[in-house]
Amino acid sequence: MNSIILLAATRLLVPLLLVFSVFMLLRGHNVPGGGFIGGLIGATGFVVYAIACGTDLARQALRVPPEKIAMVGLGIALFAGVMAAFFGDIFFTGQWLFIGETEDDKGLPLSSVLVFDVGVYLVVLGSILTLAFALEESI
Amino acid sequence: MAGHDLQTDPNARWLSLPGLLPVAIAAALFAMLWPYLGPISAGETLRFVWEWVPSLGISLSFLIDGLSLTFGLLITGIGALVFLYASKYLQGHVHFARFMLFLTLFMLSMLGLVLADNLLTLFVFWELTTITSYLLIGFDHATAKARRSALQALLLTGAGALALLAGIILIGTAAGTFELSEIRAQGNVLQEHALYLPILILVLIGCFTKSAQFPLHFWLPNAMAAPTPVSAYLHSATMVKAGVYLLARMHPNLGGTEVWLWTLTIFGAITAVFASVMALKQTDLKQALAYTTLMALGTLTLFLAADIGYAITAAMTFLVVHSLYKAALFLVVGIIDHGTGSRDVYKLGGLARAMPITTAAAGIAALSMAGFPPFIGFISKEIKYAGALAVQSEPYLVAGAALLANALMVAVAGIVSFSPFWRRKHLAEDLNPHEAPWQMWVGPVILASLGAFFGIFPDSLAVALVNPGVAAILGPEAEPAALKLWAGINVPLFLSLATFALGIAIYIYRRPLRDRLIAMGERAISFDRGWDHVLDGLKASAAWQTRVIQSGVLRRYLFITFATLFVGVGGTILARGGFSVTLEWPDLLVKHYVVIALIVAGAMLTLTTSSRVAAIAGLGGVGIGVALIFIIFGAPDVAITQLLVETLVVVLFGVAALKLPRLDPSGRKTHRPLDALLAVGVGVVVTAVMLMVTAGPLDRRLTDYFEATSWPEAFGRNIVNVILVDFRALDTFGEIAVVVIAALGAYALLKGRSPEEKQ
Repeated sequence: MNSIILLAATRLLVPLLLVFSVFMLLRGHNVPGGGFIGGLIGATGFVVYAIACGTDLARQALRVPPEKIAMVGLGIALFAGVMAAFFGDIFFTGQWLFIGETEDDKGLPLSSVLVFDVGVYLVVLGSILTLAFALEESI
Repeated sequence: MAGHDLQTDPNARWLSLPGLLPVAIAAALFAMLWPYLGPISAGETLRFVWEWVPSLGISLSFLIDGLSLTFGLLITGIGALVFLYASKYLQGHVHFARFMLFLTLFMLSMLGLVLADNLLTLFVFWELTTITSYLLIGFDHATAKARRSALQALLLTGAGALALLAGIILIGTAAGTFELSEIRAQGNVLQEHALYLPILILVLIGCFTKSAQFPLHFWLPNAMAAPTPVSAYLHSATMVKAGVYLLARMHPNLGGTEVWLWTLTIFGAITAVFASVMALKQTDLKQALAYTTLMALGTLTLFLAADIGYAITAAMTFLVVHSLYKAALFLVVGIIDHGTGSRDVYKLGGLARAMPITTAAAGIAALSMAGFPPFIGFISKEIKYAGALAVQSEPYLVAGAALLANALMVAVAGIVSFSPFWRRKHLAEDLNPHEAPWQMWVGPVILASLGAFFGIFPDSLAVALVNPGVAAILGPEAEPAALKLWAGINVPLFLSLATFALGIAIYIYRRPLRDRLIAMGERAISFDRGWDHVLDGLKASAAWQTRVIQSGVLRRYLFITFATLFVGVGGTILARGGFSVTLEWPDLLVKHYVVIALIVAGAMLTLTTSSRVAAIAGLGGVGIGVALIFIIFGAPDVAITQLLVETLVVVLFGVAALKLPRLDPSGRKTHRPLDALLAVGVGVVVTAVMLMVTAGPLDRRLTDYFEATSWPEAFGRNIVNVILVDFRALDTFGEIAVVVIAALGAYALLKGRSPEEKQ
């Protein structure tokens, strides 16, 4: 689509949307957000880019085919669930590691739950882009 | 009739891992089972248990008693010989390793089936034999006949297995346990239970399909499409005997009633006589043997009907005897096929000179099959007559059926192993007979010799296998009949003599008889063709309902979906006593009115515009209004998701809409009134449900639990997200898997079109 307004807006919007999507993903455990919402925002960014500049450029910017992203995401989510087994817990029990934990501060939390949410993020991003790119290319 | 068209490479090495490992596995299992002969014949039973799914009462439990040990030794022993045979028979075949894998898997499933003590474990192995036999029968998958036969066997035995599963579940509810040994210890609990008849019918359907009892017999002769080692293995000792095994196994728990007695007697007798007559009709050696297998299965069923020592001893003896001679004869037919390239009785003759060892093995096995002394087949036949005359149902019927079947067996034994070897006839020019390699004749020789050995020393068989087997079926206090080569001058002896006379007469007049039978067969109904009609009907009805339901018109799909929702939900409300909620006008703020106005305006725009983009934007407006409602009532996560999804949907539809024609107002008018009616109906019904749900007290147990534990246990303050990624992570995983599958499906639909269609 040849629209100067859209092109100019895209230059500003897409990076913002992508950064915002990661921000939403990471903060999701305590305030509104999470992998699903983050993935949707990220997908919106690439869809806008594809409309403005065409799917070829959008695919190049993504570097990896979107259907692969979705499947890798599913694998990561499964891995997050299996992780519990290595610690002797039931499938999908959250595993937590608090770096620099003190009496009143939990420090930097890392968890299998976050890994799972990253998987969800990639699945949503990849699936929607698979659909959106294919739709745009077929018409 | 040239069966030997397997793509084999004679230069391939015989000593190979896929060829010999299965033999080693089978021999090792045989050696593992062998030491149990001592304790079992001393009257012990052994049980091994591992917990599997304790919450469902399923355990991996195995029981070794006389019955399962007999079967286990037959399966592994004959297995080892058949595998050795197959390693030469299919040497150098492109899919040789695959074939041996299927055979080994089949043996292990079969072994699991006969050793299982838990009915559900037994069922799992039962189905594994169904699947592996499907793969084996359809091994030559390039031919349509093999594929059809495999599918027929799979569908028939699979359908029977479904009935069996239902029967097993009923047994579990009736007896309170799935362990066979525990059910057995409860005595006649099943026979006296109210569900006895349904249980019996379901279990019998399973057994009869598996063991090919009339009228569900026709898959078995068709299954001869498989390579000969498969026929030798599946139809002598294993697959088809699974049904007989289960009949024997359930005998203490389901048998001993009038229904059991008569059902098994009638089905067994019909199958035995029908199959022997059909066997006489065949000109293909393998087909003739297939029908004699049917006859054996019928006879076994016939004798399992009774619960007296003589009849059960007859069944157990015949079980072993039949496995030995039938496996030997199938392997012999394979050797003939391999050596000459033909299995047609009219083409074969005078092979004795070229194949001396095979001829000897075939002769001994056939003498046992025909029931001549001093072979074990003779003793088995005597016991059968003695058992038949002692049954409670109708001694003359049973003895008559046995006499007719045995006489025809004598004739078929002559056809299969006398005529091809000794008949004075020059072979057709293209047949070039030669003796088989040792790997192929060793099996028939050992199996046939065992028939002679047991005939001369019947006590060894009785003590080791038959008596413990009878004890396993009838209980330890049962009196098994003695196996004797010479039992004195008695009625069974005269019946034997009559059998020989009749059998030899049939053999001499086999040609006119066969022609007569073939002429009769052309007019008789064919079950095999009936099966085709059933399948065709099934396919036609599938095509019809697809045409009706899957119209391909999106509007119709939506209409049916919403109409179902309307009727289903509306009907439920009416059935539950109608809509009864007192309505109060709520206190609405200005922002609520704004949201309502937005939703109504969006809906009106969608309905009235003739531009697709405007219609989609209107729908987006409705969606945003709904998202605002979520925000007002404190569900920011849901609201954000809703907003994003709405945005993406509008963008994607917008892209698609650019290429679609404008909405045609005149075309829409025809079905508009009906659509509008349905839309209003769905709206009213859903609103009514919402009002009724919110009128009652909300169950807050889950909400309270998540609120209380979200932070202390899952370290998250956003309850929605904690539920998604932690408390209910498995659900989420399932959902994202669905998302991926849906995306890939849509991708395939969009990208998978052929270039012409895209134009």
